[in-house]
Amino acid sequence: MPHIGWKCLKGAFVTVVALGFGFLILPLLVIIPLSFNVEPYFTFTEGMLRFDGDAYSLRWYRSIVENPEWRAAIGNSFFIGIFAAALATVLGTLAAMGLNHPKFPFREFVSAFVISPMVTPVIIVAVGVFFFYSAIGLGQTRLGLILAHAMLGAPFVVITVSATLAGFDHTLLRAAASLGAGPITAFRRIQLPIIAPGVFTGALFAFAASFDEVVIVLFLGGVDQRTIPRQMWSGIREEISPTILAIATLLIAFAILVLLAVELLQKSGKRIHEDT
Amino acid sequence: MKTNRILPTLLWAVAGFGSASLAWAEQTLTVVSFGGSYARACVEGYHKAFTEKTGIRIKLEDYNGGLAQIRAQVDSGSVHWDVVDTESAPLLTGCDEGLFEYVDDLELPPAPDGTPASEDFFDGVLTDCGVGTLIYATVIAFNPEFIEGALPTSIRDFFDLEKYPGRRGMLRAPATNLEFALMGDGVPTEKVFEELSTDEGMRRAFRKLDSIKDHVVWWETGAQPPQMLADGEVVMSTAWNGRIFNAQVQEKQPFVIIWDSHIRDTGTLAIVAGAPNLENARKFVAFATSTQAMVGVAQHISYAPVRHSGLPLVGKHAVTGVDMQPHMPTQPENSRNFLWNDVEWWSERQDELTERFNAWLSR
Amino acid sequence: MNRRRQGRRLLRRFIPVGLALPLVAFVLVTFVIPLATMVVQSVHDPEVADAFPRTLALLADWEDSALPSPDVYEAMAAELVLSRENRSIGKVATRVNRIESGTRSVFAKTARRLESADTSDMPASMIQIDRRWGDVSLWRAIVKAGQRYTARHYLQSIDLERGLDGEIQLVSEERRIYKTLYLRTVYVSFAVTVSCFLIGYPIAFAITSVSDSLAKILLVIVLVPFWTSLLVRTTSWLVLLQNQGVINDILVWIGLVDDGSRLALVHNMTGTLIAMTHVLLPFMILPLYAVMRSIPPVYMRAAASLGANPFQAFARVYFPQSLPGVSAGCLLVFILSLGYYITPALVGGAKGQLISNMIAYHIQTSLNWGLAAAISVVVLVGVFVCYFLFDRWVGIDKLKLG
Repeated sequence: MPHIGWKCLKGAFVTVVALGFGFLILPLLVIIPLSFNVEPYFTFTEGMLRFDGDAYSLRWYRSIVENPEWRAAIGNSFFIGIFAAALATVLGTLAAMGLNHPKFPFREFVSAFVISPMVTPVIIVAVGVFFFYSAIGLGQTRLGLILAHAMLGAPFVVITVSATLAGFDHTLLRAAASLGAGPITAFRRIQLPIIAPGVFTGALFAFAASFDEVVIVLFLGGVDQRTIPRQMWSGIREEISPTILAIATLLIAFAILVLLAVELLQKSGKRIHEDT
Repeated sequence: MKTNRILPTLLWAVAGFGSASLAWAEQTLTVVSFGGSYARACVEGYHKAFTEKTGIRIKLEDYNGGLAQIRAQVDSGSVHWDVVDTESAPLLTGCDEGLFEYVDDLELPPAPDGTPASEDFFDGVLTDCGVGTLIYATVIAFNPEFIEGALPTSIRDFFDLEKYPGRRGMLRAPATNLEFALMGDGVPTEKVFEELSTDEGMRRAFRKLDSIKDHVVWWETGAQPPQMLADGEVVMSTAWNGRIFNAQVQEKQPFVIIWDSHIRDTGTLAIVAGAPNLENARKFVAFATSTQAMVGVAQHISYAPVRHSGLPLVGKHAVTGVDMQPHMPTQPENSRNFLWNDVEWWSERQDELTERFNAWLSR
Repeated sequence: MNRRRQGRRLLRRFIPVGLALPLVAFVLVTFVIPLATMVVQSVHDPEVADAFPRTLALLADWEDSALPSPDVYEAMAAELVLSRENRSIGKVATRVNRIESGTRSVFAKTARRLESADTSDMPASMIQIDRRWGDVSLWRAIVKAGQRYTARHYLQSIDLERGLDGEIQLVSEERRIYKTLYLRTVYVSFAVTVSCFLIGYPIAFAITSVSDSLAKILLVIVLVPFWTSLLVRTTSWLVLLQNQGVINDILVWIGLVDDGSRLALVHNMTGTLIAMTHVLLPFMILPLYAVMRSIPPVYMRAAASLGANPFQAFARVYFPQSLPGVSAGCLLVFILSLGYYITPALVGGAKGQLISNMIAYHIQTSLNWGLAAAISVVVLVGVFVCYFLFDRWVGIDKLKLG
């Protein structure tokens, strides 16, 4: 009797969990077939449900390629994302290396300080950025967006690099120094290989943070700095065409690629940790 | 060593991109309009011809009307728009505030038969800061596919949730909605603004809107109503007549326009104060308000010319060959009962009513 | 020799600080100074004071029951013309209009017409150009707007204003809006946090209790939405929830809902709640998972072997150990919800708008930047309070993010 009750409970739990996973992933999966709809609607046509080949087409993908606004948006997103991620990675990695030194003064406070942009609601960051950056002439420039996005992305780098440094034995560096290695050589030969996966993961996080950011772009960016999410924003509010679904499908594929890259990096990180 | 080389390269690249976009702006004219099928009609109707004639490239941007973006540019001193397509009430307000250049000295082209522009334009469409280009109507439109029983015929049906259940689309602003509300409540068109000027009339309008508030989806751009009607998101919507026309003929949608009690207004071109390409902007406005340009637009989207010489020249739709005349808002068949927008009235009360409308919306 | 070594040691101590310094400076310039600018913007409103210094000086000892003297009109006229020339008149008009609605057009119109006006009797000429110059309330509004530092925006951000006699009072009922929006924002954040917890906890638990290879697949299902653009996920909910959308189609198809009475799931509060729960769910699951992974399963087994039924074992042994993950996930989701803007704006309609949508409205549309800044500061303080309470109750150092 209690055995059956336990089984029922387990069944109910599995159902709840399955529904939860469905809730997470199905909304994304639904978009993919709809992006191949030959009709300009957001719903499944009868032809699509019959798997009629004529009901599917690549026309919305073609319209991304043909539309100069989308092409510009893609260019802007990568341009801003790459530079913001590069800046965030350099600053974040250096800071993480400093902060993980055991003798760093006021370590907790400084860590909290550099991570604060990540835990402040982005709308408020955007308001501040809008006032200050516009005032110093960075409004409606790519440079302004790069700086703002780097600020949002740097905390991710600090966190991921810190994680790889957490178990780092600082006596190794001293040992290297005593063997005659300069600080740069010691860093390059000893510290860099260990933190490299964290640096790359952090860079990916920072890139994704910029790539996905839209509120600051809405406030600070002009028409020449439109990014993919900014273009999607106006696409949803203004001309609702399935081109958005095609872009969305591409972005889902891109997200999976990033996810795979992060997984691989973490694996290699573990391996290095085990080696040392 | 490596970083030494990378950093200057990065800076150089950033700077290079920045200056490239500056050089781009010099040889172009930035024209800002309402996007979607209307913007396409303007491109086909006269933008291409203008570029061909003058060599000036037009950079087209979209906005949703209003003065916010123009104010932001003029106030901050960094104006990057040249010509804007505006509605008449914001034009008047903006002119009073010094947001637009004066165009009352602009030499406008005569009609094809030589009639001088001053006689050819309709009364009241030439103002200090703007030159009228078209007449458009805000109408009620519905999708018969989602309506059971007899089709709606009047503004009263729009507010009748029992007879026609389902969601309604309305502009997310006080303008047009307050007028529709009173007309839907039985106020004759000629009394609408008089009634709205009283406190009781204003309360009456909000009360009428209250009666359908929970069933309204609010739109902000002209492209949304036809989309929402097609998706069945709403069964009826207020909309600009040209957008509905476009969906009817270009996308073969079965939409129907209720011409009864529509609100009529003029569309106008204006030049932003301190426009970076002022001379080209003036050339553009003169070109765009020629009879040919107006007819060109009217043969792509059902907005009527504001020149006497224009209306008879409007023929068939340039793409589908549909006869445009029956779709013009000025057509006698469509003009039996309508309301002219009271520009002065709105220009005085816009801010106050927007604040009140937003507070009402959030409740 | 000794000194050199000392110097080197000193250098070595400063190397970590030197490494962190660039980022600290960067965050200071790109983040802290902007927030400080925002605070200044919320109280500093110099436009009118800068444009009308002479007029305002003359008005300083004006008793606001009667019209000001002719020399005030003359000073005003001169400064109007000046501010028209330097194009500041639009800004001035906007500010006075916020205090006395319907006065925006007075300024530019008067300035323009003054060029050709009779200057011998300035009060009469100005009143002739616009009768509102003969109205005390316009002058009162100018004096009010002329305050360089003001608490006006903060009052307005909580539906208050100063009445004619200087008393602080509630604004008239038809203009009240912010209190509703703060409460709604807190309510939505709370509801989203609870639903994320209810959906996320079983999911995180499931991932930790299955075999490694299955756990990997399940983790991917959590991470794909996490890495997918927010706009993509919002779009997909728009597609799913709309009237003729997939969910309504399915409900009609299985007969739960009549075709004529499809559910209104989007452009309202329902849409906001569903989409925000989905968007924020990974932020609940990941901290939960990180904590649960470190709970040794032997505890549960030990509890069971001591005679506890699975319920008791879970409630008494497992759940308390997972609490750090619960609190971290809830804090994260709650605070992210407080500042949410994009999702409510796209799927929320009018009834699903939150306070952040009002901030965006004042930045982009009404251009009342002082008010936008004041509301932002109020929200920021709210967020600080949340962190503070969290730190008191749980300890912020327990916060684990994956």
